[in-house]
Amino acid sequence: MIPAPFDYVAPSTVDDAVRALADAGEDAKVLAGGQSLLPVLRVRLAAPTKIIDLGKIAELRGVREEGDHLVIGSMTTHYDVQRDSLIAEHAALLARATDTVADPQVRHRGTFGGSIAHADPAGDLLAPALALDCEMVIQGMDGRRTVAAADFFEDFFTTSLAPDEILVEVRVPKHTGWPAHYEKFNRVAQAWSMVAVAATVRTDGDTIAEARVALTNMSAVPVRARGVEEALVGQPATAEAIRAAAEHAAEGTNPTVDANADVEYRQHLARVLTGRAISAAMAG
Amino acid sequence: MRITVTVDGTSYTDDVEPRTLLVHYLRERLGKVGTVVGCDTSNCGACTVHLDGHSVKSCSVLAVQADGSEVTTIEGLARDGQLHPVQQAFHDNHALQCGFCTPGMIMQSIDLLADNPDPDEHAVREGLEGNLCRCTGYQNIVKAVRDAAHHMRPGAGPEAERVAGADTGSRTASSVGGGGE
Amino acid sequence: MTATIEPEVGKGRLRKEDERLITGRTRWTDNLTLPGLVHLAVLRSTVAHAKIVSIDTSAAKEMPGVLAVYTGDDLDPEGKIGMPCAWPVTPDMKSPRRPVLAQGTVNFAGEGVAVVVARSAGEAQDALAEIDVEYEDLPVVLGLENALAEGAPLVHEELGTNRNALWVFDSGEAGSGGNVEQAISDAEVVVKRRFRQQRLVPAFMEPRACMVDPTAAQLTMWSATQIPHILKTMSALTLGLPEHKVRVIAPDVGGGFGGKIAVLPEEIMCLLVAQKLGKPVKWTESRSETMVAAHHGRDQIQDLTIAANRDGTVTGLKVELLADMGAYLGLVGPGVPILGAFMFNAIYKIPAYHFACTNVFTNTTLTDAYRGAGRPEATFAIERMMDELAAELGMDPMELREKNWIKHEEFPYTTVSTLTYDSGNYEAATQKAMELFGYEALRQEQRERRERNDPVQLGIGISTFTEMCGLAPSRVLGSLDYGAGGWEHAAIRMLPTGKVEVITGASAHGQGHETAWSQIVADQLGVPFEDVEVLHGDTQSSHKGLDTYGSRSLAVGGIAVVKAAEKVIDKARKVAAHMMECSEDDLEFSGGKFTVKGTDRSTGIGDIALAVFAAHDLPEGVEPTLDSEAVYDPENFSFPHGTHLCATEVDTETGRVRIRSYVCVDDVGKVVNPIIVEGQMHGGLAQGIAQALYEEAVYDESGTLTSGTFADYLLPSAADLPSFTTDRTETPSTTNPLGVKGVGEAGTIASTPAVVNAVVDAVRHFGVNDIEMPLSPMRVWQAIRTGEKAAGGPGAEAGGGLGSIDAAHGGAQ
Ligand SMILES: Cc1cc2nc3c(=O)[nH]c(=O)nc-3n(C[C@H](O)[C@H](O)[C@H](O)COP(=O)(O)OP(=O)(O)OC[C@H]3O[C@@H](n4cnc5c(N)ncnc54)[C@H](O)[C@@H]3O)c2cc1C
Ligand code: FES
Ligand code: FES
Repeated sequence: MIPAPFDYVAPSTVDDAVRALADAGEDAKVLAGGQSLLPVLRVRLAAPTKIIDLGKIAELRGVREEGDHLVIGSMTTHYDVQRDSLIAEHAALLARATDTVADPQVRHRGTFGGSIAHADPAGDLLAPALALDCEMVIQGMDGRRTVAAADFFEDFFTTSLAPDEILVEVRVPKHTGWPAHYEKFNRVAQAWSMVAVAATVRTDGDTIAEARVALTNMSAVPVRARGVEEALVGQPATAEAIRAAAEHAAEGTNPTVDANADVEYRQHLARVLTGRAISAAMAG
Repeated sequence: MRITVTVDGTSYTDDVEPRTLLVHYLRERLGKVGTVVGCDTSNCGACTVHLDGHSVKSCSVLAVQADGSEVTTIEGLARDGQLHPVQQAFHDNHALQCGFCTPGMIMQSIDLLADNPDPDEHAVREGLEGNLCRCTGYQNIVKAVRDAAHHMRPGAGPEAERVAGADTGSRTASSVGGGGE
Repeated sequence: MTATIEPEVGKGRLRKEDERLITGRTRWTDNLTLPGLVHLAVLRSTVAHAKIVSIDTSAAKEMPGVLAVYTGDDLDPEGKIGMPCAWPVTPDMKSPRRPVLAQGTVNFAGEGVAVVVARSAGEAQDALAEIDVEYEDLPVVLGLENALAEGAPLVHEELGTNRNALWVFDSGEAGSGGNVEQAISDAEVVVKRRFRQQRLVPAFMEPRACMVDPTAAQLTMWSATQIPHILKTMSALTLGLPEHKVRVIAPDVGGGFGGKIAVLPEEIMCLLVAQKLGKPVKWTESRSETMVAAHHGRDQIQDLTIAANRDGTVTGLKVELLADMGAYLGLVGPGVPILGAFMFNAIYKIPAYHFACTNVFTNTTLTDAYRGAGRPEATFAIERMMDELAAELGMDPMELREKNWIKHEEFPYTTVSTLTYDSGNYEAATQKAMELFGYEALRQEQRERRERNDPVQLGIGISTFTEMCGLAPSRVLGSLDYGAGGWEHAAIRMLPTGKVEVITGASAHGQGHETAWSQIVADQLGVPFEDVEVLHGDTQSSHKGLDTYGSRSLAVGGIAVVKAAEKVIDKARKVAAHMMECSEDDLEFSGGKFTVKGTDRSTGIGDIALAVFAAHDLPEGVEPTLDSEAVYDPENFSFPHGTHLCATEVDTETGRVRIRSYVCVDDVGKVVNPIIVEGQMHGGLAQGIAQALYEEAVYDESGTLTSGTFADYLLPSAADLPSFTTDRTETPSTTNPLGVKGVGEAGTIASTPAVVNAVVDAVRHFGVNDIEMPLSPMRVWQAIRTGEKAAGGPGAEAGGGLGSIDAAHGGAQ
C-alpha cells in the first residue's frame, strides 16, 4: 500500500519548519525518521495533507555538551545515539535502551526526538528520558519553551507538544559513569516492549547512593518507580535489598490489557524485570 | 517534485509524487524490481537497500527523502560480473529457498558485516532481526553471513578485499538519519 | 537402471535457481508489466457478518485515473459464479456459494465487496476510500463450540446449520481393528485431553499477485500460485471458458506453504475484468490484505481419549475433532482435517481407533491447507497424548513410545487406519537422536534443577513421528471423494546438440526442483548436470501436471521424470543397435553411452540424439524422436519418519521459553540432494516451532482479525530461533524406484509437539499437564502459578507492534 497524497516540504532551518507547520494548519505532520509515521500513512490510518520533513535541518542532529547537561538534537538517529561517546559516558541508560529499539534498519532512520514525540507507551526511550529527568526543548511560533519529561508525556501518543510545535532537542542531566541497564521483555526480537525497565544507579562503596528507575508500557505514559528508588537508596548493594525494593515496582501503575499480557501479569513482570534491571546495571 | 538519486552507480533525475515510497520509485520508475515488498508495516525487511551506506527499509523512506542520496540495491552489488562475497556465500551455503527475502537479507548482511566484520552467531542473528524469512529457518543464512565474513576479512584474497573495502569505506554514520544532506 | 561413475543423486549440489535470486533478477508476478496495464484494488469488508444494503460507487468512478468500479452484481449479474471446492468430503456436505465479490451479504471481515480499476495502483487505492457501502449488521458467529450451540446464529441462513460435514472413520466398522468404546471401558488406564490447534497464517513472504492479458492468443494469467495447472482447469470450469484458450503461468513464486493452493476470487476477478475491458490487468495484494483475505490454516479443537494397560500397551484411541472452515469452503479446505484421520495412530500399533471430524462454518477467513495440512494436527495430538500417558503411568516417555511403535522387522505394516507403511526404522532414528541429544545428561540436569528449585527449569520433549505424503495414489483420493487424481507428469526433450530439457508438472516455489531434477536426469541419461534445463510452471510448456503440495514433488513428480528418462533410453536403444549394427540385447547403457557388450564399441546418447534429429538413417518403423513423457501415479504414499528431541529452558519467573537444543534425526529415504533436504528440515522446524511458541491469528468479538499485520502476528526472526542439529537415517521407500520419501512437511509436522512436550515437561511438577498454544510467556507463567491449563488471552486486542499505530491519533500530537 502507498500513502494518500500529500504536499511535502523540507525546510533547512527550525524557524522555517515551525513557520511551515503553522501555515499548514491542522492537517500537517512533522516527519522525522519516518519509522513510525510512514507505516501509519501506508496503511492509511492517517492522511495528513502536508508533510514537513525535518531531515534537512542540520542543527537538529548531533549531541553536544552544555555544562552539566548533554543536549541531543531531536533528529539524532538511534544508530548515532548507540555509538555516541558523550552519551556512553554521561547517559549510558539512553544508549542501552536504544540498543533494544526495533532492528538495525529502523535504527538507521528512526530518531531520538521522533520516538519521544511519538510517545508510544511501548516506546523504549520514554522511560529512560523520564528516569534521567530529561527536559524537552520545544519551539513554536512564540519561540522556545522547556518541558520536564514528567510533564511532557500526557497520554497514549499524546504529549504537551502543540500541533504547531516541534521538539528541537532534549537536555539530559549528566549521569557521568552511572552504570545502567534497560531490561526489555517482548515476545519476538523485533517487537515492542510488553514491559521494560530502565535502571541506573550510583553506588558509594557498597551502598546504593542514588537510583533512577522507570517503567515502559506500564501505563499510558512512562512511570517513574519512586517506591523502588526510595527503597534502594542507602541500602547495601545486595541481591536481597534489590529484591525487596523491586517489590515496589508495580505501585501506581495502570497497564493496558492485550493478548500478550493482562494487568496482573504485567505488574508481575514489572517487579521481576526491575530486580533484574537493577542487578544488571550494578553488574556493569 | 524533482529528485536526483544515484542508484547502483547511475544518477537519475525524476519527477515524483511526494507520497512515492523509495521502494516503489526503485521498482516502478527505475525498473529495479530486485528489491521487493513483503509487508506494509516495516517488519519484513524484504525491501532493504543501502541509503548513503546504511541499510534502510526502502518501504519506510519517501523517494523525496532520498533526493541527493546514493542508493545501493541488490542489483548493484555484483561488480564486473563477479558476485559480492555475501551473494556468493548465500549460494554456497544454501541460504535461500524461494528467494523472496534474499535481496533484503543480503543487503542487511552486508550492513551488519560493515559494523562487525567478525560476528559470532548471536551477533548475526541479532543483526538480522529486522528481516523475516519463512523458508530457511535462518540457520543457513547465519552460516552464510559468517562464511562471507571469513572471505571478506583483510587478507582473505584480493577480490574479496576490494569489494569489502568498497563497502566499509562508505560507512559514515553522519550520512544517515534524515535522508540526504 | 544406469549408473555413472559418480552418481549425481546424493550429491550436495548447489542450486541452479540461486543465481537469479541472489542478484535480484527474478520474475515475481508483481515485477511483470504489459503495455497498457491497469491495476485492480479490492475494497474489503470491515465487518464480519452483515447484509449489504447498498454500495455506492459513483464518487469512486469520478476519481482521477479510475477506469471502472465493479461490484459483485456487476461482475456476475446472475449470481452464478462460485469459487470452487474440490473436496466434497461427504455426499451431504454443505457447500455455500462463494461469490467473486460479496453479493447480498458479507460473511467475513476481509471478503471483497467491490473492485476498482485504475491506471495506477495508487489511484486504485485512493478510489477505494470513495466507495460507500451501507451494511446492516448480522450476528457474528465465532468459535467452534458457539457455532454448534443450540440456537446459534447462522453464517449461512440458507443452509439451516453451521455444520458443514461430519466425517467418521471407525476401525471396528472398517474391519481394521477393534471397537474403541469397548477398549476404553476395558482399559486399565484412560487419559483424556482437549487440545486446541490455534489458527495460523501461512505467511509466505511474497504477497499474492495476479496479472491477466486478454490480448494474447490465449487468455493468459500469471499468478503467484502453487498450482498453475489446477488453476487453469478450475478457471475454465468456474467461468465456463474453453480450457484450451487459457494459459496459466506461475513465474518465480515466493513461498506457498499451502497458502497458495487456492483458486482466488481475485484471480477470477482479474479474468473477468480483463475480458470486460480488453486490457491487461494486475492485482497485487498488500500484506494487510493477505492477512485477512488469504486462507488461514489449522484451527481445530481436538478431543482425545487414549486407553492403555498399566504396562503401557495402548489399547485404543478415540479422536473427536471440530474444525473451523471459516465462512466458506476453500479449494481443499474440508479435506484438510480429514487427511489427519490416517495419522493419529502414527507410528504405533493401536488395536482400536475411532475418528470423527465435524467441519464448522464461522464468520472468519476461510481455512485451508497450511504446511502439513491435517498431519501436524494429528501428530501434535498423539505425541502430546503419549507424553500425558507416560506421565500418568510414571513411565519414561521414550520407553512408552518404544513399547508401542512398529518394530523395523514388522514392515510393511498395515495400520488401524488402513494405510500400509512400506518401510521404516524407528529404533535406528531414535537411537541416533538420543545420542546426539545427550538424553541422559539432560535428564540428570533436569533433576538437579528441580531439586535446587532453580528459577530456570529444564524440560525435554519428544516427538517420534511419521507422516503420509507424496500425495497421492489416485485411487485413494477417489475413495476420499477428492475431485482429482494424484499422479504427476514429466517429459524429456532430447535436443539435437545433446542437451536436455525436462518438463515437470510439479511447480516449484523455493523447493529447488531445477537442481534436483537435473541431478536425477543426469544420472538417468548419463549427461552432465549442467546440460539439463528444467521447465515448469507455464501450462504452455508444461502442459500437464498437478503441481506442488503435500510433499509430492519428488516422490511423485521425480519418479515421473525417471519413468520418462527410461522411455528415452528405450527409444535410444533401438537407434543405437541400428547404428552399431547389433542386437538391442547386446547393448548395455551406462554413463550416457550404449556399449556393445564385451567390446569397446559404443555410442553416446548425444550422438544418437543428433542422428535421430537428422533422421537420415533410422530403423524401420522408428519415429525420429527420443522425446518421451510419462505420467506416474504412485501406488502408495511415502512415510518419512523421525525422532525429534527438544530441550527447553523455562524461566519460571516470567514464563519465557528458550529452546536450549533441538535435535532431529529424520528418515526421508534415499536423498537426491542432502543440502536441499537439510534446508527443508530447517524451514519446517522453524514453522512448527513458531506454532508452538509464537503465532496465532486472533479475532476480537466483532470478528475483526486483531493480529492482522506482521507487527502483531509474530513470525520469529533469526534472533528468536536456535540452531538445529539435523541428521538422517536412510530406510528407502520400497514403493518407488528411487526409494525416496517426501521431506517438505516433516519438520513442521514433528516439531510442534516436541516443543510443547518439552515445556510441559519442564513445569509438570507444578501440576501442569497442558498449556495452550502458542505458549506465550503469560500462558506459561499462569500455568505454573495455578497448576492449571492456561487457555486464551485476557483480551483480543493484539499486543505489541501496531499497538503503536493508533488509529485515533495516527501518531503523536
Ligand atoms: C518494525 C519496527 C519496530 C519498532 N520497534 C520499536 C521498539 O521496539 N521500541 C521503540 O521505542 N520504537 C520502535 N519502533 C519505532 C522507532 O523507534 C521509531 O523510530 C520512533 O518511534 C519514531 O521515530 P521517527 O524518527 O521514525 O519518527 P517519525 O515516524 O518520523 O514520527 C513519529 C511521530 O512523531 C512526530 N514527530 C517526530 N519528530 C518530531 C519532532 N521533532 N517534533 C514534533 N513531532 C515530531 C511525527 O509527526 C509523528 O507523528 C519500531 C519501528 C518499526 C518500524
Ligand atoms: S516491505 Fe516489509 S519492511 Fe519494507
Ligand atoms: S527464502 Fe523464502 S522467505 Fe526467505
